[in-house]
Formats: sequence, C-alpha cells, structure tokens
Amino acid sequence: MDMELDPDEVFRDDEDDAEAEYFRERASTKELAVYLIDASPKMFLTHSPSEKHMKDESHFHITMSCILSSLKTQIISRSYDEVAICFFNTREKKNLQDLNGVFVFNVGDRESLDRPTAKFIKELSQLEEKFAKEIGSQYGIVAGSRENSLYNALWVAQALLRKGSARTADKRILLFTNEDDPFGNIKGATKTDMTRTTQQRAKDAQDLGISIELFPLSEPHKEFDLSRFYADMIGIDDDGIAEFMSAIGAKFEDMEYELKRRMIKKRIVKTLTFTIANGLAIEVNTYALVRPTVPGSTVWLDSVTNQPLKIERSFICADTGALMEEPTKRFQTYQNMNVKFSVEELSEIKRVSTAQLRLLGFKPLNCLKDYHNLRPSTFIFPTDEEVLGSTLIFVALHRSMLRLNRFAVAFYGNPSHPQLVAIVAQDEVKVAGGQVEPPGMHIIYLPYADDIRPIEEFQMSPENPVPRASDEQIDKAAALMKRIDLKGFSITQLSNPALQRHYAVLQALALEEDELPETKDKTLPDEEGMSRPTVVNAIDQFKHSVYGDQYEARSSAGDDNMSEASKKRKASAGNAVKECENYNWAEMAESGKLTTLTVVELKYYLTAHNLPVSGKKEDLISRIKMHLRK
Amino acid sequence: MARNREALVWLLDVGPSVHHLLPEVEHVCSMIVQNKLLHKENDEVGVVLFGTEETENEDAKEVGGYEHVFVSHSIQVVNGDVLETLQHLPRGPVSGDFLDAIVVGTSMLIKKFGPLYPGRKKLYLITDASSPIKGSHGGSQEEQVKNLAAAMSSSGIKLESIVARGISGSDADEMVIVKNDRILNLLSRITCAKMTYVESPTSLLGAIRIRDKFPGTIFRGDLEISSQLKIKVRVYKKTLEEKFPTLKRFCDEASHPDELCGVKVKHQFKSFGDDGQIVPSSHEVTNGYLYGPQVVDISSSQMNAVKFKPEKGVKLLGFTDSSNIMRHHYMTDVRLFIAEPGDTEATIAISALARAMKRMNKVAILRCVWRKGQANVVIGVLTPNVSDDDNMPDSFYFNALPFFEDLREFKFLSFCNLSASLQPSEEQQRAADELVEVLDLGPSDHQEELAPDFTPNPVLQRYYDFLQLKVKNPDAAVPPLSGALRRITEPDPEFLSRIEAIIEAFMRKFGVREWHIHG
Repeated sequence: MDMELDPDEVFRDDEDDAEAEYFRERASTKELAVYLIDASPKMFLTHSPSEKHMKDESHFHITMSCILSSLKTQIISRSYDEVAICFFNTREKKNLQDLNGVFVFNVGDRESLDRPTAKFIKELSQLEEKFAKEIGSQYGIVAGSRENSLYNALWVAQALLRKGSARTADKRILLFTNEDDPFGNIKGATKTDMTRTTQQRAKDAQDLGISIELFPLSEPHKEFDLSRFYADMIGIDDDGIAEFMSAIGAKFEDMEYELKRRMIKKRIVKTLTFTIANGLAIEVNTYALVRPTVPGSTVWLDSVTNQPLKIERSFICADTGALMEEPTKRFQTYQNMNVKFSVEELSEIKRVSTAQLRLLGFKPLNCLKDYHNLRPSTFIFPTDEEVLGSTLIFVALHRSMLRLNRFAVAFYGNPSHPQLVAIVAQDEVKVAGGQVEPPGMHIIYLPYADDIRPIEEFQMSPENPVPRASDEQIDKAAALMKRIDLKGFSITQLSNPALQRHYAVLQALALEEDELPETKDKTLPDEEGMSRPTVVNAIDQFKHSVYGDQYEARSSAGDDNMSEASKKRKASAGNAVKECENYNWAEMAESGKLTTLTVVELKYYLTAHNLPVSGKKEDLISRIKMHLRK
Repeated sequence: MARNREALVWLLDVGPSVHHLLPEVEHVCSMIVQNKLLHKENDEVGVVLFGTEETENEDAKEVGGYEHVFVSHSIQVVNGDVLETLQHLPRGPVSGDFLDAIVVGTSMLIKKFGPLYPGRKKLYLITDASSPIKGSHGGSQEEQVKNLAAAMSSSGIKLESIVARGISGSDADEMVIVKNDRILNLLSRITCAKMTYVESPTSLLGAIRIRDKFPGTIFRGDLEISSQLKIKVRVYKKTLEEKFPTLKRFCDEASHPDELCGVKVKHQFKSFGDDGQIVPSSHEVTNGYLYGPQVVDISSSQMNAVKFKPEKGVKLLGFTDSSNIMRHHYMTDVRLFIAEPGDTEATIAISALARAMKRMNKVAILRCVWRKGQANVVIGVLTPNVSDDDNMPDSFYFNALPFFEDLREFKFLSFCNLSASLQPSEEQQRAADELVEVLDLGPSDHQEELAPDFTPNPVLQRYYDFLQLKVKNPDAAVPPLSGALRRITEPDPEFLSRIEAIIEAFMRKFGVREWHIHG
C-alpha cells in the first residue's frame, strides 16, 4: 500500500499542538445517553403542522428524525460518546431484564449502550418503516393491569447506564413523549401507587448521578401539561414550569428545531474567575460555541493486524547517542552565544498576570475594529455555583454594556497564552419560537501591535492622491448591491463541502457500499440568479461607470500582457535550447565534469528540458543526471 | 533576501523635556536591535542623538550649524555596541531641533549608500516636538522642508516619527507645538511618512514595530463579482500572530559541559501486544480514518483521489445587511483586500463598492480558494475599510466565517426569565451603568487607551528583556514587568483611585462585604 510518512505532518511538535488543543474543545468527559422514546399509538397520530407543510407528521417521526440527525453529528464530532435507543409502550419486548413493553434497539455485535456505528445509524434510519411489523406499538399502561411500561423503561435505562463511573461520564436519559398524563386511564389506589413507584424509580436514577431530561411533544392545540405528572418526576417547582415550557417553544413547526438544540449537552470548557475590581470577582463558565470542525486526521495502523498504532517520541543525545529524558532546558543563539533557559523560566516569562480574567475598562463599540481578530471567540455565561451573586453582577453589567454600547477590555491571564481580550455583550435574539443568539458575553481575542501589519501603508503612493470613486459610481455600486442582496442570510445555511465529502466517503466505505456518493457544494455562487437580466444589467451599469468601454479591451490587453511575459519566457527557453546544444551533457555527466559548469549553464539544460530550475547547484546537477539516465 | 534588508537611522531626542520617556525609548530601541541581532544580522543601523551638549556630525563640519546633534553611531552592521549605546542614552541638557536631526540622518544615509542600496532606508524619529525649531539656513522654513522632503523621496528614504504628547513633564509652548506639527505634517505628506502621536509610555512601546516584515500576498487575481465583472485585487494578511520564539533543546548531561550538545528527537511506531505491553512495531505501517469506532482502511493517497477539490478563485456570493453577520463569528486572523496597485479602474471599483457598502450598511459574502490544491473553501465576509487619507486607497477587510458544522447552538436561559433574586434592582443597575461609564478607556479628551494597534505584547517584551539580562548574567532571574507593560495586564492604580468613589458605591450596592469564595 502506498504510504507517505511526512515527518512534519505526522509528528507535529507537541508544543504547537498544546496550544491548538486548548482552543479546540477538550472532551474531558464522555457522554452516555439513553434515548427513551414513547412508542404508544398516540405518538403515531399525524398532525398537520401548518399550511405550508403538505405532509402530516407524527410525533414519532419528528423524534426519530431529530435523533438520527443528532447521531450523524455525533459520529463525526463526538464519536466517543455512547448511546442506546430504547422504545417503550411496545408490543414486542427486548431487554436484559425481560420487562414488558420495553424494546432496546441494537444491531450486530454492538453493545446496547455503545458508540454509534455507521451500521447502527443506517438501520435506525430504516426502522420507522418496519416498526409496526417488528416492534409494534401498544399502550403499556391500561386499566385492570398492573403493568407499568414507563416504570419498566426507566429501570431498563438505568440498568444500561450502570456502565462507566459517574465521575468520568455524563449520564443522561432523554425521554420523548406526548402523553402528559401517563396514568390517566387508571383510577384510585392503583394510580397513586403507580405514580409513586415511578417517581421513586426516577429519583433513584437521579441519585445515581443520572440526569433525566424530558422532551415533551405538544399537540397543535393542546399544550403538554407538566403539572399533571412530569413536573414532580423531573423535579421542577411551579415557577419552573413556566420557565421550562417557555424554553421549549410550544409551536409544532418549531418542534424539530427546538428538540435538536436541546439534545446537545452544553459543555463547559472552563470556569474562570472574572476580577471586576480588587476584592470583587465573579465566576463565569466558558463555552466554545464556534470552533472549526476539521476532518479527522489519519490513524496509523499495523498493516498485518490492522490494529491502531501508537507513536512514541524519544530523545537522544546527539553527542553520546544515549537515550535521555525530555530535556528541561532550551537555548537561543544570540550574539554568538548560546543563551540557556529552563522550562520553568520560560513559563515564568508568560506569567504576566495573576488574575484569570481581569477587567481593565470599557470602550465604545466602534473601537472594536473588523481587523481586531485572531481566532474564534469564546462565550461566557455566569455561574453562582461557587461564588454567589455572580449572575446578578453579570446581568447588571450586561445590561449596562448593551445600553451604553460599550464593550469591556480585559486581560486574559491564560498561562500558556496570555492575551488582551474584548468582551462584548450579546443580547438574546429570538425568532418565532427559538433562541438564535443566547444572552451572555463573547470574548474576542485581540491582536497586539506586533500582530497587526500596516499593509495599507505599503500601498501608499507619495506623489499623487489615489483614485477614488465618484458619487455616481458609488450610486451604481449601491444599485448593484440591491440587486444581489442575500436577504436574511445566515451562516447556518452553508455546510462545509470538504467535510461533507470526507464523511460521505467514509460512511460509504464503512457500510461497504460499492459506489461513492455524490455530494453537492452549496457554497458556489447562484449562477442562475446572477444571470437574471436585472442583475446582469445592474452589473453592466456599474462596470460601465467604472471602466467605461475599456473593460473588454482591458481584459484582452491583460491577456496580451500575459502573453508578453510568456513570450519572454518562451524566448529564454528558445535561447536555452540553443545554448544547451553547445555542451555534451551525457559525457560531462559521465566524467563528473558537470560540477565545473556554472549554475547559469546548468540551467540551460534544465530550461531546455522543461525541468524545475530551483535549488542549489548540487540539486541541479543531480536533477540533470536523473534526467539523463531516463 | 535583499528586498528585506534595511538600513535604519535613529533620530532620538534626548533633550530635557523627554528625559522621563527615555527609559521606554531605550527599551524599545534595544528590542529592535535585539531582534535584528536574532533574525536580521545584516541590517545596518546608526544612532543620532539631538539635544546633547556636544555637536558631532558631518554637516556641522562641512557647512556649519547643526549644533547639539550628535552622531553617536555611524551607520554600521548591527552589533552589540549599538545595543549598549541605546540602553544607556545620555540625558542631554539642551532642547533639540528635530529638523536638524532629520537633515543629518538623511545625509548620512545618502552618503553611505547612494541610490544603489537594495533594501529599505529608514529614519526613525522619536521626539515630543515641543522645542522651537531654529531659524532656517537660508530660504523660508517651508521651502527648506520641501527641499528636504524632495531629497528624501528621490533617494527613497522613509521617515517614521513617533511624537509623544500629553505625557511631557514640562509645559510646552502651544505656539511652538502647532508650528512643529505643521512642519511634521508637511514633511510626512510629501514623503508619505508615517507619523504617530502617542500619549502614554505603553503606547510608545506599542507604536514601534519590532519586526517590520515585508508582507507577501496570499492571493493575486480576480475578485469575481460575476462572470462579466472581475476586479484585479491582491490579498494580504492584516493580522498574524507573532509567536513566542521556539527554542531548541539541548542535552544537559555532565559528560559534555563545554560544548552545547544537541538533542535528536526520534519517533517510533509501537503497537499494543497481546499482553497489553507496548512493543515496537515490526510490521509495515498503513493509515486509515476513524468513523465512529470503526477504522476505515483508506490511505491518504486514496483519500486524496476522492476528496473535495475546489478550484482556485475568489467569487462573490452576494451582499447582505451587516446585521446578518455576528461579530463573534469571525473565525481567524484577518485579511486585507486591496486593488492591484497601478490599476486605476480596479482601485475605483473597490472604492465604489467599499463606499456604497458603508453607506448602505452592507457587507459582501465571498467564497475563496486562495491557492490551487487548497483542501477547502473559505466563506467569509468583506467589510469596507474606507480611507480618509488622500494617499491611501480604499480597501476591504476579510474575515472567515464558520460553516454550519462549526456552530454549537447551545441553549441558555433568558435573562428576563431569571428569578427575581438574580435580577439587579434599579439602584444596582444605576451603579453598574455608572461603573461602565466611568471606567472608560475610549477616546475622549485623550487618546484611546490600550488600542490594539499601540499595545505591545508584554510576554515578548519580557522575553527580550530577559534574553539581554542572561547575556550578561546567565543566572539572572526573570525580570518583573515594567510599569508601562503592567498597564496592559492590570488597571492603572492612579486611574482607579480617581474613580474610587464610584467603584466603592458599586461594591456596596452589590453587597460585596458579604462576598465569599468557597473552596
């Protein structure tokens, strides 16, 4: 098999990585999640969401499509997380405890709670069609029977989550249902009894560090009523109910969008102490809301066993050849001296601030220029967990900053990368039923003077003022802008084409499909829209106002320029061919006389034979020899 | 590279009105020399002081005048002596004449190099320009300045001046300052010189570029508005992080104490044996990719054959309201789009688009593939950078935007849904408003403080300080941050004490006395 071992690529220096790693997200804990899906006949009733959707959709369908899209994201970005899919209110049963009305879905030799595989996702996506046949939907809690499918489901989920310690893993049960009163059909003491045991079951699970998250699905004209049962089960008080329901977004057509957002667990990158003034500090959690997702890097495998390999780094003394510990000293050559530093000294140099995040002052928003940026921002949100009153002060400053149009300047004393930052308050942005931008503040990493280049200054022309657009030209440009307007543009509309392609290929290979899928690059300009007569006309008018009639002439003149340059190149090539004939290259190479020629002479040969002319003299000679040998 | 070579002459004011600034001047000049010693050993430097007791310069000898201008180092390849001089600048007793110094510096450069020097020739003036200029040596002052500027332009000499204002200890004469500013302005307009006013020692440190690199383009070609309209542009990096230097490892064993012994790093593949032990891998190595827990066996060359391969080019997707783009979505360091120099129409086209965007509050969305063979496209936003300097063309800033996959849409509690105890009272809100207003670093009657363009990296500054200390004493301790640098990492105590009452009121309103940090 073809193999490239590029030392720079594979064995990148850890020092570079440490920093990159920090700005990526650290997956300190993995997540174990059990999706608990109500499969009662009520979940399969179809509702017409709105006028514009032609197809009626069932709650079951919405739930499944959310879970599938979440799994597809997960296999790419958080592939160490483990999931189980568990239906309740089913006709068939499949679970280790052999409880009625509960069906744990799985494929092949995968454990019930395990990392999602390509096959698992594929079969899950086909499950809905054959659900009635293979698993079946059936009410599990009916009058006259003491069966309690909800209780059973919680028990099965809890048993699945017995794996892994609570310290290293986030354990979650995500419960999807549209039944706000699961024991509605039952009366009297039986009902009280079943309600009590189910709630106790849930409490036991929570005591074990498992969080139970409810995803209530409201019907179009009837809101899910938490107070009937679930408020007590998941432990929210009366005040909480309104807050919870408002956070869900009750509208049927937004349901899918809202579910997807709530399914992602918020991951805290760090908790920082934010010093407002001496003696006053609050605590904030930081979140990485925007980070580049890159295709996973290659893993190295033993070609015989196909097992992953580990790369080990060792240090060898250049003098004695002895193996040694990682050296703790570094040096810099300076003024013909080797100046030595210890690793401790180097980190001491970087320790320029004692505070984690220290407020320095505030500035008007227009002081934050578009070029004041180096890397993706970090989101902060207050937490009262350790320092009471953090939220209160944060909210007060947040409101003041929004009202006064100011951002804060602070020093971020990160030990490996201390930096000056801007902290910009973000007001909550909501569209019909959903939060688009959460309220909080964004840390924007500012460049230092050393990081900003005065490019414009290099472009200054001393003699004449530079040409500027006239008002008429600006008007034409403005008219053009109105024609090519991306109304309501949002970055969420654009998928990363390289990433899509990469994972589509991997998925096809993982599923052993014969054909590689086609992926579409949605980042290309809208050719059709651009060729509409109004747009073409607006562009023409602008072009004419700037270039006059000269545009076409100029671009063909540009071609002439090009050909002039290439003419020159051709001429020199022709010359080289002529010059080249004056030497007997084969003989000179044979007798080792090539070294007696000058670089200019050597280049005659290379140019005449269309070979690269770069490199040192030795490179040129070896390139000529290589060519002669062929 | 020849074009990156530089000959630099410092024109340093050492007169009484700038004595209190000299520590920063010494610091920043030594850093530049240190940097040259490390990275640009062939650069040449000279030092001219003015405001000194003595007079020592060629012009004084040849034509007379030019008193109190002292050439302390003629132009020579950068070395340790220059550094020594710059670290111990004399405190001069006389008010210096910066125009005299510029003349002396210019003639030094012309005499030394003539027109043939391949690199850049630069004068670096640091002064507070608060002392009167002497009468001219014939002809009006304005004419003298124009002649000087012409001489500088024709021999390709650039002048960069740093003028310290508002931190001067003595009371300067308003009239003199106005007059001096006019001269400096005239000079900088004719010669395209850069002039910077600084109002604090910190911004003096930040105003001077330690490493002045000639920028390379990352793209030259067409900005494709559509298939019918292509504008010739160049794209440069506007910001690029100056990294902490990477130092080499060495072996500290006692066996070779005199010679510095290098360390080789060896990488080896190991596999997990059956018994869990790690053993060196004897087999051939191949590579694959992870898809979930599954390893998909495809080599990188096979992957290359099927992967996404976009075509080089920069295309417009369209314009949109600037409010559709969030500031916190800017992903990386920033690029600058500028029209191809010398292409008048392209310059006008860029200017028209930039000004129309500014007027209408629009931005442009672009799809960029800078190089052939680039692994992915970059989607980004162009924002206008309209210039009010007649000599500087309009341009665009370009910031990369995230893709859909790069966003994590976590949901956070709405602040208005917080329980009452977490909502600030009206009084508390007023106290917060007041704090935000008073703790002001923005521009008002003084310059903006801690502006990124004038704020040096304290870590790098400290590193070079330490390096210099270590040269003299290998056991030196890491020096503390100087006062000017501490202003970057913590607030100015003097500033805080001025607004103490408001901070105290804020603390009281939020009951700070009851504050406690657990654990």
